[in-house]
Amino acid sequence: MPDSMTAAVSAPRGPESGAGGGLRRLARRRSTIAFLMTLPLICVIVGLVAYPAAYAVYLSMLNRRMDEFAGLLQFEILVDNETFWLVVWQSCLFAISAVLAKALIGFWLAHMLHHIPAKGQRKWRGMLLIPWVIPPALSTLGWWWMYDPTYSSLNWILNIFAVPAVPWLGEPWWARFSVILVNVWYGAPFFMIMYLAALKSVPEQLYEAAAIDGATSWQRLRHITLPMMQNIISITVLFSLIVTFANYDIVRVLTNGGPRDLTHVFATYAFQVGILSGNIPRGAAVSLFMLPALAVFAYFILRGVNRRNREMA
Amino acid sequence: MPDEVQATLRHPVGVPRDGSLPRRAALLGAAATALTAPAVFGQPTTNIRCGFWDHWVPAGNDALRRLCAQWGERNRATVGVDFITSVGNQNLLTIAAQAQSRSGHDILSFPTWEPAAHARMLVNVDDVMGRLVAKYGAVTPAAEYLGKQDGRWVAIPAVSGTQMKPACVRMDLMQQHADIDIRAMWPAENRAGPGADTWNWETFAVAAEKCNRAGFAFGLPMGSFTDAVDWVGALFASYGANVMDERGGITVRGNAKLRAAVEMCVRIARQLPNDVWAWDDASNNRALISGRSALVFNPPSAWVSARRDQPAVGAQCWTVPVPSGPEGRFVGYLPYFWGIWNFSRVQGPAKELLEFLSDRASAEAQTSTSAGYDIPPFLSMNDFPVWANEGPPVGTVFNYPLKAHHNARTSVAFAPAPPAMAVQAYNQALNTKLIARIAQANETVDQALGWLERELNTIRRGG
Repeated sequence: MPDSMTAAVSAPRGPESGAGGGLRRLARRRSTIAFLMTLPLICVIVGLVAYPAAYAVYLSMLNRRMDEFAGLLQFEILVDNETFWLVVWQSCLFAISAVLAKALIGFWLAHMLHHIPAKGQRKWRGMLLIPWVIPPALSTLGWWWMYDPTYSSLNWILNIFAVPAVPWLGEPWWARFSVILVNVWYGAPFFMIMYLAALKSVPEQLYEAAAIDGATSWQRLRHITLPMMQNIISITVLFSLIVTFANYDIVRVLTNGGPRDLTHVFATYAFQVGILSGNIPRGAAVSLFMLPALAVFAYFILRGVNRRNREMA
Repeated sequence: MPDEVQATLRHPVGVPRDGSLPRRAALLGAAATALTAPAVFGQPTTNIRCGFWDHWVPAGNDALRRLCAQWGERNRATVGVDFITSVGNQNLLTIAAQAQSRSGHDILSFPTWEPAAHARMLVNVDDVMGRLVAKYGAVTPAAEYLGKQDGRWVAIPAVSGTQMKPACVRMDLMQQHADIDIRAMWPAENRAGPGADTWNWETFAVAAEKCNRAGFAFGLPMGSFTDAVDWVGALFASYGANVMDERGGITVRGNAKLRAAVEMCVRIARQLPNDVWAWDDASNNRALISGRSALVFNPPSAWVSARRDQPAVGAQCWTVPVPSGPEGRFVGYLPYFWGIWNFSRVQGPAKELLEFLSDRASAEAQTSTSAGYDIPPFLSMNDFPVWANEGPPVGTVFNYPLKAHHNARTSVAFAPAPPAMAVQAYNQALNTKLIARIAQANETVDQALGWLERELNTIRRGG
């Protein structure tokens, strides 16, 4: 224990005893100081995370008029609805395929960048990060202009090469592809920068030792790079999966869930049901549906990360 | 002394007129008045905060701003005016937030379905509507369906922002490819021209086919936005094809009228560009303005843009009524309402302000400023000179508001279902999806109707 602390603990009660002295003693306790220092964070979490989440749960248990407790009725109705299951399937398709594509592209880009000399690397890094730093609502509008049903610039280019115009947003599978493509374009730089940081932290000696042992580049990737990056890959995938599952703006701007609800994801469907259709409890129920799935996923990924950390320690 | 001033003297500002107010609200209102009473003579004594819809037409807000200032001056009141955009559904989010927090503006613009959704939080305006109806006659029925809930008016049908969606036709293309002289059929006069009685969905479908073959397909959206839902809703209404009755009963099974409407709509949909399933509310405007389309259903904003950006196209546009069906002629109607929150402390003055904004002179000012876009709710006001004088071509929007010789009624898709259920069907665009299932996904009519019935059942469950 530091001297100053010992002195504080063993100091006899002097003339400061009473309410003022009590407060001072309380303030000198380490647990009190710790609590006070974390108080702003606790307030933020309670105000911006816990309260809204609890309020959403409360809302989802009301009837449409929000004047009666309806228990799990809204969830029961959703489970019986085929459009909702379509939304579940599409949300999974959207999130999983987009995250997979972002991870692969991000990994490839990170490798390419890692092998460029430091001077040139900075320029490429800056350029490749551009999609990620543009506000997504704005960049999605740009994509929407490219996909525009009547005046698509992409179709204009295709027509130059005598390729027939593609109904990017009008045909269900093309619409799904277009939505996923924009999400990948926007999110891949995030993976790239995270993986690049991880690559830079892999000790060079490991590669040198492997080279002496005659390891091929595939073996180096399989037995050195990937194991060393495993934690960062897991965390990045988890983070991106949560964000992609909750994505709203891309689908809203590009397709508004159409055609025939075949591109709706949880967030856009919740907005349509809750705000646009005036059924806030059912909208809250839709948005809460992704919580258990994400929680289970987060649990397994974080457990893996912890286990690996323990093994390394 | 102007009438408005006399009214203010009879009912001092700050004191709610509505006798049905809760006691606490009345006491708060009285207290507020008592506190403001000693104000220096000539100084504003009442603050009214208004949140109006931010108009598409650039100068559209000016009329409301000017009228509010004018009323405030006369009544020693300060009228604060905010214009809230509907881009990104900002207005819906504002309404939801103010309803949840029970605070915000005194008067708010409520789009189509919102008065019904918040009926219990809106001040009864039967007294204002009673006086306006006595003065100007009947309100268009679709506005009554949306604004009158459980026998009481919960909001006043607004002038600013209210639109209809008749057909905006390229006269030259229609004449050249479908052999229809649309201007002669619907001249800028209070009479129907030769052939107007043949302007029905059958004629329309044939014209759609001919124009499509000529490379000028009609620009009718089939997505989930309002332009798409409204024109399909008007077609359904003209066939008497309701999917839900007034009590919320589902009327899909064995409904011959619905089947006939669906078949006609599918027939027309097959003559549209193959990407209409992804069109939004601006896509049809672009189709017209670019010269690629011979017809759209839209308020005059499409023609106004064409006049500015493509004068040659704008000069060939002519607005005519929607084709008729076996049950009559219906035109898509998308109104705004002005409502007063029940947590407002200035309910009396707010009512007076809204009554002032709804009178004929104020309505004409709003309609003229918006180049004829805004439609007043009273049928007797459909004769403002702006619609006859706008051009080129002069008289192009003469037939935009309902005229007696149109024999038409306003329509809201999914009426007469209870608004609480109709709004869900409307915003989920069940009618256009029904057509898309048949025309795009190649389902049979029975399969698609089965899907519609299941969706309506989901809406009905849980109220």
